[in-house]
Amino acid sequence: MAEAEQRELTYVDAIIEGARTILLEQDNAFIAGEDVGGAGGVFGSYRGLLDEFGPERVVDTPISEEGIVGLGVGAAATGLRPVIDIMFMDFMGECMDEIANQMAKMRYMFGGSAKLPVTVVTMSGGGRNLAAQHSQSLEAWLCHLPGLKVVAPSTPYDAKGLLIAASRDDNPVFTVMNKMSLANRGAVPEESYEVPIGKANVVREGEDLTIITYSRMVSESLSAADALARDGVEAEVIDLRSLQPMDMDTVIESVAKTHRAVVVHEAVRFGGLGGEIASQIQELAFDELDAPVSRVGAPFSPVPFSAVLEQAYLPNADKIVAESRSLIGA
Amino acid sequence: MSTPSDDVLLDIHRRMVRIRTFETEAGRMAEAGKIPGALHLYVGEEAVAAGVMVHLSNEDWITSTHRGHGHLIAKGGEFDRMFAELFGRATGYCRGKGGSMHISNMDLGMLGANGIVGAGPPIAVGAAFSTKYRKTDRVAVTFFGDGASNEGSFHEAANMAALYKLPVIFVCENNGYGEYTPQAKHQAIVDVADRASGYGMPGVVVDGMDAMAVYEAADAAIERARAGDGPTLLECKTYRFFDHVGVRGMGLTYRTDEELAEWQKRDPIHLFEARLAELGVLSKDDAVAIHEEVLAEVRAGIEFAEESPTPDPDTLLDDVYA
Repeated sequence: MAEAEQRELTYVDAIIEGARTILLEQDNAFIAGEDVGGAGGVFGSYRGLLDEFGPERVVDTPISEEGIVGLGVGAAATGLRPVIDIMFMDFMGECMDEIANQMAKMRYMFGGSAKLPVTVVTMSGGGRNLAAQHSQSLEAWLCHLPGLKVVAPSTPYDAKGLLIAASRDDNPVFTVMNKMSLANRGAVPEESYEVPIGKANVVREGEDLTIITYSRMVSESLSAADALARDGVEAEVIDLRSLQPMDMDTVIESVAKTHRAVVVHEAVRFGGLGGEIASQIQELAFDELDAPVSRVGAPFSPVPFSAVLEQAYLPNADKIVAESRSLIGA
Repeated sequence: MSTPSDDVLLDIHRRMVRIRTFETEAGRMAEAGKIPGALHLYVGEEAVAAGVMVHLSNEDWITSTHRGHGHLIAKGGEFDRMFAELFGRATGYCRGKGGSMHISNMDLGMLGANGIVGAGPPIAVGAAFSTKYRKTDRVAVTFFGDGASNEGSFHEAANMAALYKLPVIFVCENNGYGEYTPQAKHQAIVDVADRASGYGMPGVVVDGMDAMAVYEAADAAIERARAGDGPTLLECKTYRFFDHVGVRGMGLTYRTDEELAEWQKRDPIHLFEARLAELGVLSKDDAVAIHEEVLAEVRAGIEFAEESPTPDPDTLLDDVYA
């Protein structure tokens, strides 16, 4: 299909369409979370679903994150396929036991007799002046827990496709959406489709360095690559899409070509996934590297409120350009 | 209220004896160094598990606690695979991956013992949501202690179960201690069941050493749940005859021998056997024969475990993911 004929949706409408597809295709699927029904989700990401599917399948819950995640664990273990909404991923602090000690481990602890096909949808990221408790990017917490899968869609296409893939997976999958991306538009097919979990996407080809990133930082990295190209530096940009499992094959293949790598994420740099990725690159492709792997991430600080401070805090295209130039000695 | 038939009474009795015998021998095995890790024994609390579980089928779900062997045995757990799990063998219910604190059997509707105090109630709410979603009359029973009744997870689960009128029975095994801290030092109430009214569900207190009382109260709560009228909080006053961990593991002086002796006078199995003798359902000789029969089965279970292979190290990463 030609580009011009492709239908465009916003990221948030792509989430709605993904969620609707899940409810249409899977009788055992339901959505539960705070304000997902009557309010259609505080981000609008479940708009219209209560009317279409009714309160048995689009379940408004009390503000009780531990109870909500426990509901998902118990329902999944007993044969349903819950989609659980945790409005802001910052709220994981309220339900981390059910995530870390129950959901992630039940199958293993039970010697393989349990199956936990639960999808968790949550929102990450700053940029909306929501300050320290509604702006974090805490995906590294999740990726550190064996038993969980974690995906982070950067586009409307991926938001729908990864959400559907998550719901069909027999494991707990966190789909970490981004709240600054909600109004972004992109091509989204009307039919049901999956974006496979565990496969990265090379979104820009280049010869001079590899930028490895995910979620909202994909668009910032593409802007950075455009700026670098004006100076004759061609960056390859990899959208990881899936953070656990992580497609290191695609990363290594690219680094073998470019010999330089910078990892970019919005999360705090210290202890973020960038450290893991950099470490794996040097383990797997040390001989390919012409320079140490570098990282762009947020500084070691809570997310600030004031717009000036928040913009100083967040990684962006300019910071990625600066790091990339330093990396290639330009 | 249905009056239990002789068969049901004998069934309750046998479940209690099975728990007591298994746990006593498991304690011996632990002291002999044959069971690694932590062992939280259920001795003294048998009337609760037996009095509740006799109402349930394999399609009804339960969540359990760190003190979970009794729940699994009362739900139909087999000694050989249970001991094998406690011994860390490949033939255990969890293939040696879970041990005492995570012992489970999905086929029996047992969603696991749990090493995290208070983690079970939200999971039971999910299981009950499942049975209601499928329009079955199955229920979910969540066992937890007085200590767990102070965890936020219990309160969130109680509120949600009542809000959605889910078929959950919250069974509080109030054994008077949250680990080593007496109830009076961890909560300002005497009856955990008082908390039920705050969530809009009935709260019932029963003598947890009296299997008949537990049976009757559980019957009413489960009937109510199956009828679609929502959850009940059933508090069973009970006592653990062994320590928090192990038999008399840590030599702590958090409770007196006199207190223990007072509770042991109301040993739930002795009380129930006296009751059954009164009713002419079980003679002394028959009771002795049942204890011996169960002990032989326990010993066979231990033998099975001892002869079972340890897990192949190659299975280390199996079942992290489906």
